Amino acid sequence: MKKYTDSGKKDTRSGFGAGLTELGKTHPNVVALCADLTGSLKMDAFKANHPERFFQVGIAEANMMGIAAGLTIGGKIPFTGTFANFSTGRVYDQIRQSIAYSHKNVKICASHAGLTLGEDGATHQILEDIGLMKMLPGMTVINTCDYNQTKAATIAIADHHGPVYLRFGRPSVPNFTPENQTFEIGKALQLQEGNDVTIIATGHLVWEALQAAETLHEQGISAEVINIHTIKPLDTEAILNSVRKTGCVVTAEEHNYLGGLGESVSRVLTENLPSPQEFVATQDTFGESGTPAQLMDKYRLNAAAIIRAAVKVIARK
Amino acid sequence: MPDIQHLNNLVIQVRRDILRQVHKVNSGHPGGSLGCTEFFVALFQVLMERNDGFDMNGKNEDIFFLSNGHISPVFYSVLARSGYFPVEELNTFRLLNSRLQGHPTTHEGLPGVRIASGSLGQGISVAIGAALAKKLNHDSHLVYTLCGDGELQEGQNWEAIMYASANKVDNLIVTVDYNGQQIDGSTNNVLPMGNLKAKFEAFGWEVLEIEEGNNLEAILSGMKMAKSKTGNGKPICVLLHTVMGNGVDFMMHTHDWHGKAPNDAQLEVALSQNPVTLGDY
Repeated sequence: MKKYTDSGKKDTRSGFGAGLTELGKTHPNVVALCADLTGSLKMDAFKANHPERFFQVGIAEANMMGIAAGLTIGGKIPFTGTFANFSTGRVYDQIRQSIAYSHKNVKICASHAGLTLGEDGATHQILEDIGLMKMLPGMTVINTCDYNQTKAATIAIADHHGPVYLRFGRPSVPNFTPENQTFEIGKALQLQEGNDVTIIATGHLVWEALQAAETLHEQGISAEVINIHTIKPLDTEAILNSVRKTGCVVTAEEHNYLGGLGESVSRVLTENLPSPQEFVATQDTFGESGTPAQLMDKYRLNAAAIIRAAVKVIARK
Repeated sequence: MPDIQHLNNLVIQVRRDILRQVHKVNSGHPGGSLGCTEFFVALFQVLMERNDGFDMNGKNEDIFFLSNGHISPVFYSVLARSGYFPVEELNTFRLLNSRLQGHPTTHEGLPGVRIASGSLGQGISVAIGAALAKKLNHDSHLVYTLCGDGELQEGQNWEAIMYASANKVDNLIVTVDYNGQQIDGSTNNVLPMGNLKAKFEAFGWEVLEIEEGNNLEAILSGMKMAKSKTGNGKPICVLLHTVMGNGVDFMMHTHDWHGKAPNDAQLEVALSQNPVTLGDY
């Protein structure tokens, strides 16, 4: 088994901030917009380095999306920053018409996604955003798993022409992917090789999947772990290659099982290779207040839940 | 500048284009289109500094966004007659596989259109973004946008209106089609908006009114005044008093023709009031 080491807990949003800071230096056309959450989104350094390229729009996300669309006309590459809830559901029609349908080169960067936002509760814990965004034609949807991957993704999307939804989170989590990695949009990463079950994970659940695979290994179960960071376009080849070998799959995400990564994987399998699948995801519910760890435990979004799902899905083969 | 007689002829021809487009497919929005015909002709034929051809980024030229996208018939006609695409293409309005969708879009690559619109209330924000890009690019040209008065009931507008003055977006001229009508009736009956001039001024905008919004010379002089006020730290709002359905007597002063096409007999009457000037498509 490959060994993954947590090089020190870091929040994914700081990876976004670091990536944006880099882009400030390398990409003069990158501009940033924020709706009164500059500190939370870690956009302070970009703002300090390039005040003329930073737009504070206040608590007005709809206007922010429209301004971002307009900035592309003139060749700018706008990165919007606010919480995932306010980056998607609150402004869905603005994104749909002014950005997606108009095919504008806007990067919608969304922090505090999912339950791990924690104590603020369900008003802020969006678990529907992947579904909302992946349904928009032409929208690229990315959900990163740690600091290093988020930084690399932030840098990579600047050179991709077209609208992108980049989803990351609030809490400090293990940082285990390589520093200064190259991020390839749409390319799945095989983190562990295995034969008995494929675990496909995105976002904060990737580290949990790796922990689960270690425990399963001790129990004599060989789990393949695939990190899907790009939910759309989906790396169908990587999914099919793995499931052809293992014959079953567990998907793991910090999102509703309706509309998330799991459903995208199901569609691929149903069309090509019908196989048993278990979903580690929230079960069509809102979240609630609590610490991130308490919430991930209560809503069964952790290594223990992945292990149970793996055992169950293997029995269904 | 083309002479005023030619411009007035063009206005009549554009009215015919509007009526014939919506009649052919028995759908579309003639009322607001007819009310803004003189404005579009003035904007595209005289007021805007436009480059040849079409470049999405619109660098070193004035650019325009239509926020109230349902008045696409007038937009398409004036774009075609200003050289963005062949006027014959007006024949494809709202047809399957057409670039002239019911509401304007960039999706089919129609030259002259820089944003999709139709879902209301989004154009001012987009125009602000484009105006900010012009400032970053050291491009001294202007950004124009047109929105409906009823459209101002959408809250996003007021986010944008607040932002533009606070950030001195002074290379932007927002024109409001102030016809007092919307789908369900007069704006005063549906949702009275009070004193729009005072509202924009309270938000820190420079506001001008064009009382005769269907008079070419009044539009030209009012809009030239608006242009002269750009660059002074304030965004500009022009309240353009128009008559919905202007130029066709039975369509005027009512919301009835907001989204309804004339039948064959009605078309004949409407066209007889606007005889051919430059030639039909």
